Amino acid sequence: MFNLAAFSLYDAVFILIAGITVTAALGVVLFKNIIYSALSLILAFLGAAAVYFQLNAGFLGVIQILVYAGAISVLIIFAIMLVMNRPAGESNLSSPRTREVFTSATIAAMLLTALVAVIGFTQWPLGGRPGPDNSTGLLAELMLGDYVIAFEAAAILLLVAVVGAIILAKGGENQ
Amino acid sequence: MIGLPHYLLLGSIVFCIGAFGVLTRRNAVAVLMSVELMLNAVNINFIAANKYIAPDTAVGQLFSVFIIVVAAAEIAVGLALVISIYRQRRSVDLHDFNLLKW
Repeated sequence: MFNLAAFSLYDAVFILIAGITVTAALGVVLFKNIIYSALSLILAFLGAAAVYFQLNAGFLGVIQILVYAGAISVLIIFAIMLVMNRPAGESNLSSPRTREVFTSATIAAMLLTALVAVIGFTQWPLGGRPGPDNSTGLLAELMLGDYVIAFEAAAILLLVAVVGAIILAKGGENQ
Repeated sequence: MIGLPHYLLLGSIVFCIGAFGVLTRRNAVAVLMSVELMLNAVNINFIAANKYIAPDTAVGQLFSVFIIVVAAAEIAVGLALVISIYRQRRSVDLHDFNLLKW
């Protein structure tokens, strides 16, 4: 199955990116210091962005870097600094009950097994007509064409969420 | 050699790591971070399926854009809630959030 002759640079890059992403994702859930977790999360976001670039989704990759690695991670780090009330080294502890951790690990492992089995057994309808090298134009046509209602709804969702977040974080008048 | 199953496998692994984090972390911010990991894993799957199954359209990428929008809204509201609860309870430990329990 493993054929060294068919092993190209593309594959090597994918394996490198996938390794970095999975390691960073593990870091997010395993570090005891939540600052390290947040920095690891940024690395995982950048790894995902690299995967998007590799999949010819340049626009999504740039959005991922701007929105996730830029804005959301800054937001998360600000929130961490605002709510830090114990030493950083024990700010991201796991649940104290071993049985709970064991059950969670089992659930995650079973989910992974099921997903891997489904991926392995499914006959994927690969191929299709080849698309352009740069799919940003296609995306723009869909966004302002067939899916314009969903696009506008997403814009309203963002507006409402931002207003709601400001009101929630500002607190009530009785404080 | 690398094809759609490998990308889907990467997405599944990251998704399960995120699910494990959601179930075990005690810090509410860490739970939100794990949810972001899970949403990112879904995005990887969408974009990989788009590239390998229907490369002449961009519907998978479009749905990734919507997931990113919803994730940004979710993290903004979620962190505002965490800060608001912290102001009341002086804690971000999920075991202390028991006002709705009976």
